[in-house]
This record gives sequence, structure tokens and C-alpha cells, in this order.
Amino acid sequence: MPIAIGLEGSANKLGVGIILHPPTRDLTPPSPHDSAYSDDERSSQPSKGTPRSPPVQILANLRHTFNSPPGTGFLPKDTAAHHRRWVVRLVKQAMAQAHVQLEDIDCICFTRGPGMGGPLSSVAIAARTLSQLWDKPLVGVNHCVGHVEMGRAITGAENPVVLYVSGGNTQVIAYSAQRYRIFGEALDVAVGNCLDRFARVLNIPNDPAPGYNIEQLAKKGGIMLELPYAVKGMDVSFSGILARVEEMAAKMQQAETKNEPWLDVATQQPITPAELCFTLQETVFAMLVEITERAMAHVGANQVLIVGGVGCNERLQEMMGIMASERGGSVFATDERFCIDNGIMIAHAGLLAYKQGFSTALSDSGVTQRFRTDEVLINWRD
Amino acid sequence: MASSQEDHPLQTQPQPRTLPPPFNTSPAPCVLIAQGAESLLYRTTFLTPTQPAALKVRPEKKWRHPTLDKRLTRQRVLAEARVLVKLSGEGIVAGGGGRKVKDPKKGKEKESGGDGGGEGVGVGALRGVVPAVLGLDWERGWIVMEWIEGVTVKQAIYARDLADEAALKGLLRRIGGVVGLLHKAGVVHGDLTTSNVMLRPTVSSSSTTTEEGEKTKVGDGGDGAGLDGDIALIDFGLATQSISDEDRAVDLYVLERAFGSTHPKEEGLFGEVLEAYGESMGKGGKVVLRRLEDVRMRGRKKSMIG
Repeated sequence: MPIAIGLEGSANKLGVGIILHPPTRDLTPPSPHDSAYSDDERSSQPSKGTPRSPPVQILANLRHTFNSPPGTGFLPKDTAAHHRRWVVRLVKQAMAQAHVQLEDIDCICFTRGPGMGGPLSSVAIAARTLSQLWDKPLVGVNHCVGHVEMGRAITGAENPVVLYVSGGNTQVIAYSAQRYRIFGEALDVAVGNCLDRFARVLNIPNDPAPGYNIEQLAKKGGIMLELPYAVKGMDVSFSGILARVEEMAAKMQQAETKNEPWLDVATQQPITPAELCFTLQETVFAMLVEITERAMAHVGANQVLIVGGVGCNERLQEMMGIMASERGGSVFATDERFCIDNGIMIAHAGLLAYKQGFSTALSDSGVTQRFRTDEVLINWRD
Repeated sequence: MASSQEDHPLQTQPQPRTLPPPFNTSPAPCVLIAQGAESLLYRTTFLTPTQPAALKVRPEKKWRHPTLDKRLTRQRVLAEARVLVKLSGEGIVAGGGGRKVKDPKKGKEKESGGDGGGEGVGVGALRGVVPAVLGLDWERGWIVMEWIEGVTVKQAIYARDLADEAALKGLLRRIGGVVGLLHKAGVVHGDLTTSNVMLRPTVSSSSTTTEEGEKTKVGDGGDGAGLDGDIALIDFGLATQSISDEDRAVDLYVLERAFGSTHPKEEGLFGEVLEAYGESMGKGGKVVLRRLEDVRMRGRKKSMIG
């Protein structure tokens, strides 16, 4: 029974996960049923169409996040140090929780990229060490592919258009001919990065995540100001929006110090951080839903899967849900265990590749900050 | 509308669509042809029963904040209409009050601007290549324009004779040439995909329409006619009036990526489009193509975190 351990640390979250892939009954393509269904009524014909992700069993999924003080962002050096400090502890804990022995583990999966150099390296060093200590093969994994495969496995979505949104990535992805092709993306900074940097300007705390705190603040807002809306075909651009909303924040803060609150023209209500968060969210999420809709129209899909840290946002999920149902489709999303960077997705995607015969030689096990999602051959799907 | 008309049958929509006034009370037939991401496309007639027209409606998007939704709809309807009016050279130049359409040769080039920018340049440059505007309502979010008969290039390529590479190259070159003309006219399309480029039949008797008014293939199933025809550009919903190299390069990049994702087998021939574009644009073309290389690199070299 294939079991893999996965180590993730491309940004400020260190994740260790242990996954088991229960064997399917015969050698034909994986059953379309997930582990919750009984296999009794399954026909003897191989499943037609695109099979869903095979069932998985999560034995352990641990994470520890490095947060910097409000008003600052996490720096590579400090983040890498954090990962080095915590990885041994997390691995031991994960093994204990999963009740697995060394002998049971088939491979050590780690994030090869993309991400921040220092943190990626720290985690890769841990993976290589384990690989040599335990004499197990290494599997380097693309972080984005990890998110997509985990999303598919958890939600059971068959062939959705995927919106992958996080602090470091914003991509609209659709599967085609053994590649996850990128249909649209952010041309400058990722949406999560835009939100995180805005949080710094307002000194919004980074714990548990700046985006989460922006979301909570936004729930208290209701005034919609005007921000530039930059959708270019299937791509989006956030730097203009960020510049403008930072200007607004400065204006609001200045007005406060002078004791003349900035009032919204239409409603004569004061503009507070909550209103700015609300405006920012509504604008950037509308942009994301729009490019997702375009991709769906273009490929003829009606399922959407949202992955990545920003995918935890309930307002984004709500907006996407409305759009999908207007098109007669549905939206799939996971909770923070899987949305936010985690080790289990690396273990899962790594194990899928390993079962196809893929592994990473020690000499080849470097990390890379730039690693496109469509560079990976998805040979576990047809 | 990013989707093409034929390749996926319309899914049953969960909510019945109502037409905006005056179409909801008009006796003219109104048939839904396509549901794109942005808008709905109907075939109907306008003003007289013998004038076929395309009605493009931008319905409310309930997932957007209503203020944003109204603002975007109004901006997009107006921007699209202004661009089409300028390119097809019909009627009054947008932004003016009663100003006559200028002779394109007398216009001077100006910096990229909003409506009416680049006085006279490009006016009428793409007459016959883009649909003419027949009417619009920016508050209710609809435009009525000339009906374009034919198929999308996307469908034509899907249905092409795989052995005839020369025909495909010829088609790609024609597309490149038209995009060059468009950019020279001071307009950037903003959403170039093979669903937004059409092939019109050159022989008027060869097109047919079914009773439902759906667009059908050019020619009577003769494969040779598959990639022939005049190029038409549609869906100017994201178009801007710009002459910047950056915008033009991004326009080409959008087409390049859309082409590659939709037609992976033909992806290698995209260079024909760019070559023909360079020829059509002349001196300015080289600069844009060099800029395109930068734009491509930007996507690849982006630092991706987390």
C-alpha cells in the first residue's frame, strides 16, 4: 500500500503530511467512486470519460506557520530559519500520528518549486537528509500541481476549471493532454500578495493570515468605492489596484489625524479600514471570477475548483458559487486544511508521480524559484 | 463573448433569461445563439424585418457588487460601441457633437486616449471587417450590430483538412494581417482568441442558416472551402483605443496563448500570424514583436511564492 511523506515550505507555512493511496481493485483506470462509496455496484467496464482522482487516506497533516509582526512581511532568511527549526519536530509528530514505521514509507516528497529560495532550500535539505537516512527515494513536486491534485482528491471534482489563488500565485488552470495548462494569470503580482501588502499598510495583523483578517474586516464594510479594474482578456493585473488602494489608505489615515474623517460622497458615511477592505475584496474577487468564467466559457466546463490560500475566503467562494450556478454548474472548494499550503498535497501529488515510475535523483534534487505549472507531465491522467 | 457559437450545445440555464426592453415587447424573433462569459448573443432583426442583426446583451452579474456591475457594464458597452463606430467609419465620430467623420488620411496620430483619440486615424479602416453598430443602450447594457455570417476560426480549424497545412498557414497569415490593420488603426482588441475571429464566406450564395438561426459552416460541406473566406473580428468588449507598444504586444500575447491552449496541435505555426502582422504593420511592427518577447518572459520569470 503506497505511503508517502510530503514536506512543503515554499513560503511561510511549513507543512508535513503523510498519505496512503489504498489500492484500487483491478488494474483498469481508477474507480470514479471515492472512498466514501461502496464498490459493489461498480461495473466491470473501465470507467469512461475523465475518472476522478483515486481515493486517498490522510494519515497526518501538520503545519506550522511563521508570521511576522503587523506592518511587515515575512523575509526569506527568517522564514528559512523557522522551517529549519520546526521540520524535525513536525516529521516526528506526523510519523507518530500516522502510526507508520520507516519501512512503510515508499518515498519522500518535497516541494521543488516554485517559491522562495531560502525556505524551499531548507525544506529540500530536510528531505534529502531523510532520503539518505532512511534510504528512500526522493520525489520533487511542483507546488501548484500539489494544490490542484489535492483539490481534486478532496472534492471529487472530475474535470473542473481550477482557480489557484494564493500569496504567490494567481492562475486559471484547465487540464488538457497530460498538462495543466494555464489559461489566465496575474501579469504582475498575485492576488494574495496584493491583499497581504495592503494589510501591511493598515497594520492589520498577520496572524493567522493577513488575508483572513482582511476578510473579517471586510464583513463589517459596505461602501463600494471605485478602484481600477484591470482584466486583460483572461489575465489580470493587480499592481494598479494596489497602488490606488494604498493611496486611499493614506488619505484615510491622514484624514483621521486631522480629525476630519473622509466621507463617502454617496452615503456620507466615514470611510474606515473595513470599507477599504470591502472595496478591495469585492473588486479583486470580481476580477478573479470574471477570468474564471471566461475560461469556463472557452473550454465548455461548468465546474470550478478553487485552491490556494486565498481560496479559503468565503466571499470568494460565494461569488464563484453564484457565477457557477448562473451557468448551470457548481463550485468546489476545500477548507483551510487543504487550501492553505500543506504537506499532504505534496505527498499526494508526489505519490501519484512515483506510482508512474517518477523519482528525483539526489544530484537532481535542487529547488527552483520559478517552476511553471504546465512544465509537469501529468501522466497519471489520460 | 469568449465562447464560440457551435461547439458546445447550450446548457439548460437555471434561470430563464428575459430580454431587455425594447426587445421584450418587440414582435421580431430573437434567438439565443451563444452564451459567452460576458454577454449573451441573439440573432434578431432590427428596425426592419429584413435587416438581420446581432443583439449583444450584457446581463447583470449577481456575483458582482451592483455598483461595480453597473459601472462595468456601462463602460464596456460604450467602449465597444465607440471602437466599432470608429473602425467601421459609420456615423458621427464618438466624443464629438455633430462632427463629421474625418478623412482618415488627414488625421494626425495622437497619444493613446479615450474616445475620439487619434482624430481621424483609423476611422473606417476596418469597414467590413468589424460589425457596424445599429443601436445601443448603455444603461440597459445592450448593443445591436450588423449580423456577421460565417464560422469562427476556432471551428474552422477544428474542422480543417489536416493534410492541407498551406491552407492553415494562409489563414494564419490573413489573421496576422488583419490584426496589423487593427493596431495601425489605433485599436487594441483586448480579447483576441480564435472564437473572436470569424471567417465570412466570400461567395454570398454558399451560406445557409437553420431554422433556429444558428450559424452553419461555410460552404456546402466542401472541405476545400474550410479555411477560405474573409476575416472578420468580433467581440470588442475589452477593446481600447491605444497605440502603445506594450498594449499591442499584450494583445498579440493574449492571442498567442489562447491559440496555443485551444489548438495545441497547430501551436507551432503561430509564427505565421506574427510574421504577417509584422509585414502589415511595417516599421512599428518590429518594435511590437520585440516587446512581445519581453511580455512572454514576464510570464515565465515571475517569482512565484506559496
